[in-house]
Amino acid sequence: MEANYVAVEQVGNVGLLDRNVSSFWDVMEIAVTNLTKTFGSLRANDGLSLRFASGKIHGVLGENGAGKSTLMKLVSGFLQPDAGQLAFDGQPVRLRGPGDALQAGVGMVHQDPLDVPGFTALENLLCAAPRRAFPSRAMARTTLTTMAQRLGFTLAPDTPVGAMTVGQRQQLEIVRLLACGARTLILDEPTTGITAAQAQALFEALRQLAADGNTVLFVSHKLDEVAALCDTVSVLRTGQLVGEQLPMPQPQQRLLELMFGERIVKTSGQALLLAGVTVDEPPGVPVVQPGQDERSSEASLTTPLVWQLEQVTAREGMVRLRNVDLRIPQGRVIGLAGLDGSGQQILLRLLAGRLHPDSGRILVNGVDMTRTRTRAYREAGIEYLPADRMRDGIVGALSLTDHFALLQPTGLTVDRQVAVQAAREAIAAYEIKATPITPLIALSGGNQQRAMLALVPDACRGLACEQPTRGLDVASAQGIWQRLQARCATGCSVVFASADLDELLAYSDEILVFFAGEMSAPLPRATLTGARLAELIGGVGFERSAS
Amino acid sequence: MQIQDAGGQLTSRTTYRLADLADYLARLVLPFLGALVLTTVVLLTVDVAPLDAYRILLFGAFSTPIRFGDMVMLASPLILCAGGLTLTFAAGLYNLGIEGQVVLGAIAAMIPLRLFPDLPPPLLWMLSFAFGAAGGTLWALLAASLRLGAGVNEIFAGLGLNFLASGIALYLILGPWRREGSASSSGTALLPRELWLPTIGSLRLAPLAPIIAIVSLVVVWWVLSRMRWGLEVRAVGLNGAAADRLGVPAVKRMAQAMAGCGLLAGLAGTLQVLGVFHQLIPNISSGVGLIGLLVVLLVLARPIWVLPVAVVFATFTVGSVQLPLTLGIDSSIAGVLQGTLVLAALVSRGLMQRRRRA
Repeated sequence: MEANYVAVEQVGNVGLLDRNVSSFWDVMEIAVTNLTKTFGSLRANDGLSLRFASGKIHGVLGENGAGKSTLMKLVSGFLQPDAGQLAFDGQPVRLRGPGDALQAGVGMVHQDPLDVPGFTALENLLCAAPRRAFPSRAMARTTLTTMAQRLGFTLAPDTPVGAMTVGQRQQLEIVRLLACGARTLILDEPTTGITAAQAQALFEALRQLAADGNTVLFVSHKLDEVAALCDTVSVLRTGQLVGEQLPMPQPQQRLLELMFGERIVKTSGQALLLAGVTVDEPPGVPVVQPGQDERSSEASLTTPLVWQLEQVTAREGMVRLRNVDLRIPQGRVIGLAGLDGSGQQILLRLLAGRLHPDSGRILVNGVDMTRTRTRAYREAGIEYLPADRMRDGIVGALSLTDHFALLQPTGLTVDRQVAVQAAREAIAAYEIKATPITPLIALSGGNQQRAMLALVPDACRGLACEQPTRGLDVASAQGIWQRLQARCATGCSVVFASADLDELLAYSDEILVFFAGEMSAPLPRATLTGARLAELIGGVGFERSAS
Repeated sequence: MQIQDAGGQLTSRTTYRLADLADYLARLVLPFLGALVLTTVVLLTVDVAPLDAYRILLFGAFSTPIRFGDMVMLASPLILCAGGLTLTFAAGLYNLGIEGQVVLGAIAAMIPLRLFPDLPPPLLWMLSFAFGAAGGTLWALLAASLRLGAGVNEIFAGLGLNFLASGIALYLILGPWRREGSASSSGTALLPRELWLPTIGSLRLAPLAPIIAIVSLVVVWWVLSRMRWGLEVRAVGLNGAAADRLGVPAVKRMAQAMAGCGLLAGLAGTLQVLGVFHQLIPNISSGVGLIGLLVVLLVLARPIWVLPVAVVFATFTVGSVQLPLTLGIDSSIAGVLQGTLVLAALVSRGLMQRRRRA
C-alpha cells in the first residue's frame, strides 16, 4: 500500500470538522524529556527524550515489554512519570489523569476501548464530554453523526456499545476524543481484533486527521501497517529509545534490528539467506501436520502423542484461532512465538483444558477430551503454569508445605509431616530460597517460579507454560530450563510461550509462530535464526499452516 | 569500619522492631480508642456520664448470676454463628444470609417438637437439634446454589432469603402453628416445660448451650487448621483460580463451607427455641446472625478469637439492658459500641494496608 505522506504545510487547510467542536488547525507538538517510569525493579521507561511533531503520523515500534504502552500512558495521563518532563507545544505540563491530558488536547484510544457497554453511542459521547460541550442532546447527536460521516465511520447514535464490534467502539472513542477537543490521538495496537475494512477506514481517517494538523501516535508491532501509515517511526527496546523519529520508509531489516537488538544484527547476514526457508514445509517433522505425508515421519508415529488437535477453532477475547491441526509427541519442547495476544495464549489454554474449542477435537494421550472438564486434564497428567504466578498460579498467603498438603491424595486430615518433608525435598531439589513454612508471596519471582514448578507432580505428561522465565534473571531462567528438560527426558512434553527469542531458539525442538490469530506450521529450530523469527513475529513472510 | 557496620545493623534492627511494635499496637489499640471516642461523643450528646455508662456496659453482665446466665445464653448462639461465619469467611464468602439460616434452623427445630411431643425429652432434643441443623444447612445451600449456579452474589441471595425466612416464620406463627384460641403475632404457644433445656437452679442458664457452642467452635478450629478440607477451603478463599489450578474443587468447597455455616446457624436457631424463647417467635434469631457478622469482621477467619470477642459483645448487649433503668438512655448504645468498634477496626486495617503498600 502506498503511504500517504502528509506535509506540515497542509496544516492551514480547512478543518475537517465543526470549528466549535474541535480546533483542528491548532498545531500540537509533544515533547518528552528524560521521561522515566519504574514498576518495582523494572525500568519500563528509562530516560526517554523524544519529540513528536504536529501534523504527522508517528509510529512507535517495539517488542513486548519494550515500554511502548507505558510511554503512551504517560503522555495521555493514565500514568504519572517518576522523573522527567512532558511538554505540549513547548509548555511543560503536569498531568494528574486522563482528564487533564484531554483538556490539554491529548486523547488515547486503548486496545480494549474504555467505554460504558450499557450506554448507547450517544450516551457514551455525552457522559464523557466536558461540561457545556454540548448544549443539547440534539446537538450531540448532530456532532456524532456528522463527525462519523466525515471520518467515514459507520456509527449509529442509538446503538448500545455492548452490541458494537471492537472496530466500531474504537471509532466511537476517536469521535468522542475529537469532540472533547483532542488534537493528538494515541492509538495502542488499534488493528487488533478489527476487520480489514475497519482497519482501512481507520487508516483513511487517521490520514485525514493528520492532514488537518493533528498529531497521531500509532503504537503497533505490525511492520507493514507502520510502513503503510506512518511518516516517522521511533523504536523502543527495554524501556530505551533505540530509533528516534526515523523518517519512513525504512528497510524492514533495520527496524527488526532495532526492535530485537544487536544479537540479531550479528546473524542477520545468515538470516537473509535463510529467509527463503519455506514456512509450511518443515523438514524432519517430529511434529506432523495431518494431511501431509505421514510415512515421512515414522518416528512420530511410533512415539505416543501427548496432544493431538484436529481442526480446532477457539476464541478468547478479541483473538480467534482457526482450524488448528497439531500433534505433539512425548518428550518434545514446543516453543510458541509471537507478540502478546497473537493467539499463543489460546493454544496454551486449549492444551490445558482451560478453554473449550468452538469446534474440532482435542485428544490427550489418545483419548478424546474435547468436552471434558479441566479437572480431567489434570488427571490425565496435563499441567498448566500461568504467567501471572500470584493471580492464578499459587496461593500467596500459603506456604510450600500448605501447597504440598493440598496436593496430597484425599484424606481426612493433612499429613503435615509428609507435606513438610515434600517441601524440604522441593526446596533442596529446586534450590528454592525459603523455609517450608514461608508464605510464597514473600519469595522472589524466581523462587516462586521454581516453587510452582516443584509443585508439578512427577506423573505429569504434558506441561503448558506461559512465559516460564518471565521476570527471572539469567541464572534462575537456566535453572528452570534444566528442570523442564529433565522432565522432558522422562517423556513429558513441554509447550511454552515466550517473548524471548533467545529462549525460544535455545530450548525448543520446534517453534510455532503466531501472528494475528494465525498459527504457522511447526518450524524446526535448526531452520530458524533470531532474525528470521523476528520477521515472522512481525508478520514478514508469515504463512499460516496449511490445513 | 566493622564496628560501624555492626552498629548500623543494630539500629536498623531496633527501628524495625519498634515499627513492628507500633504496627501491632496501632492495630489493637487504635480501633478500641476510636470506638471509645465515638461512643463517648454519642453519650455526651445525650447528657450521660460516659463512665457510668461504660461501667454498666462492661460489668453489668457480671453483676448478678441471672445476668451472667443471660450473657452466656446470648454468647452461645453468637459463638455458633460467628464460628460458622469463619468457615464462609475462610472460603472468601460473605454469608449475609446467616440470619435466615438461624430462623430456618429454629423453624425446623420446632417440627419434631410438634410432631412427636410424646417422645422422651432427651431423644426429642436430639431430633430437634438434628432438624435445626438440617434446616439451616438447606437454607445456606439454597443461597450457595443461587451464587454458584445462577451467579447471584451470596450477599444479595442471603439478604433476600432472610426476608423469605422471616416470612415463613410469621406465616407459621399466624397460620398452621398458631396458638389455641387466638392467633398472635407474638409467637406460638410455649413449649411444655419438660421440653425446655434444663437450667442451673433458677437461672436461665442451660449448660448444654455453652457446651454445644464451645464444642462446635473447637471443631471449626480443628477443621480449618488441621483438616485437609479446611486447608482447601482456605486456599479457595485466598485465591480461587490458583486453588482450582492445583486441583481443589473450588465450587464444591464453597458450597460446603456455606453448608457448614448453615449447620451451625441452624444449631443456634435450635438453641433459641429450646433454651431461650421456648416457642417460635417472629424475631427468633434476635439478631445473633448479624452480631456474628460483626464478630467475624473483627476476628477474620481465626476461630480462636471468636470466643473472647463473642463474649465481650454479649457482655455489652446484656449490660446495656440496664441502661434505660439506671441512666434513662436506650439500650441500643451497646450496638453503637459494637458497630463503631468494627468500623474503627476496618478503617485502621485499611489504613495499615495502604501504609504498607506506600
